[in-house]
Amino acid sequence: MRLSKQLKFTFRGKSIQRPLIYEVGHKFKVTTNIRKADIESDGGWVILELTGSKEEINKALDWLKEEEVRVDNVAGDIVAG
Amino acid sequence: MSKVKSLKCRECPEEYEISPKYVCDMCFGPLEISYNWKEIKKSVNKNSITNGPKSIWRYKSLLPIDGNDVIDIGTGFTPLISADNLSNFLGLKKIWIKNDSVNPTYSFKDRVVSVASTKAKEFNFDTFACASTGNLAGSVAAHGAKAGFRTLVFIPSNLENEKIVAASIYGPEVVAIKGNYDDVNRLCTELAETKPWAFVNINLRPFYSEGSKTVGFEIAEQLGWKTPDHIIAPAASGSLFIKVWKGFNEFFEIGLIEKPKNTRMHIAQPKGCSPISTSFNEGKTHPLPVIPKTIAKSLAIGNPADGYYAIKLAKETRGSAHAVSDDEIVKGISLLARTEGIFTETAGGVVIATLVKMVKQELISKDEEVVVLITGNGLKTQEVISSLSAPTEINPTIKSFEDSFPNY
Repeated sequence: MRLSKQLKFTFRGKSIQRPLIYEVGHKFKVTTNIRKADIESDGGWVILELTGSKEEINKALDWLKEEEVRVDNVAGDIVAG
Repeated sequence: MSKVKSLKCRECPEEYEISPKYVCDMCFGPLEISYNWKEIKKSVNKNSITNGPKSIWRYKSLLPIDGNDVIDIGTGFTPLISADNLSNFLGLKKIWIKNDSVNPTYSFKDRVVSVASTKAKEFNFDTFACASTGNLAGSVAAHGAKAGFRTLVFIPSNLENEKIVAASIYGPEVVAIKGNYDDVNRLCTELAETKPWAFVNINLRPFYSEGSKTVGFEIAEQLGWKTPDHIIAPAASGSLFIKVWKGFNEFFEIGLIEKPKNTRMHIAQPKGCSPISTSFNEGKTHPLPVIPKTIAKSLAIGNPADGYYAIKLAKETRGSAHAVSDDEIVKGISLLARTEGIFTETAGGVVIATLVKMVKQELISKDEEVVVLITGNGLKTQEVISSLSAPTEINPTIKSFEDSFPNY
């Protein structure tokens, strides 16, 4: 079953120089659909929809985290004080 | 005509019918309630408010609630206290303490959960849920009990026992999730996407967050239908901060107060989790997420949903943003207790420490009026001040007492 997740990727440091969104779409069976972004020389964020099977999405997100991309839900943190 | 028009995207022109929905399908921006102000103006005035109950429900006409059956455990209309001793100590003319630590479950979260639980009933949900490390858990559990919901409270498995007790006493299912903070976040998001539950700060977020604007309503009303020169508010997600301002502006919209053009909004965060303050002070428009490491756990939101809007508001009102250390937080808690007899939790310590910092930096003139938001009760975070509470031990003799306390 295909799922869609609304996510925010935050890039810092060297990860900003790499085409990570292109790469994640080629390494895994996921589709990326960017809605909003703000990138500067030292970092930035992209809000996008990631579509694919649950397994492929999870593998893609694990890989992005290994590449030091922070992945969050678009709604921000859910666990409140 | 209904007083509530629609759910409107904060980022793009999209509008949606009122439903348990929180993200815009077009741009993934957050949704918020759009009101029919012409209709509201016809029935709301100072008299209609002052004749209402001494709770947040005196502002029911300004909240996204349709019926009269509200879930009321006595939340709101908390004291606005003239903090004369603290004012003298800091050399300011007037500091007011908005003391939300006296709400039914001892934090401001009762405001947002009162609105969320009432709306959950109106949407015919039977299950009420949240993910929390403290204040929200207690409030959701209490309101769930009052409303007769099946209530689920998700917590990290390493949460301190006293915080678990403060929620479990109301009878919810308390679910301790193994793993780190991110794991809890991810699971709760997936549950909210798949289960037909009212998850207060996910699918009910546009309604839930409206509860916070009652802090702004109360401050303006209690000051005699005006706004102060400065507001200092703690920021976790940033929602409370922006909703206080929204409350002021809605009072202006319906003609109850002057435009709050001279009120400056200041953000208070702990150094160990200050994504909003850091980005504000670096001139950035969006907060960069952080991994929280602070004693102020009620403010430990590393990826604040409303951070962008909080930064924007602080800039627009010529406000400021601050980050204070754990040591300063403890000193802040102590200062408020020793001057005003109010025992606040760590978030309150963050606010008082920020106030002290702002006075030192001369960001507040001596003749200006300041309102500081105290959002939670100190009994909830006693562990952080345990070193201050060691008693002086004496033998059971007058001599021993006088030797230890020669000034008495």
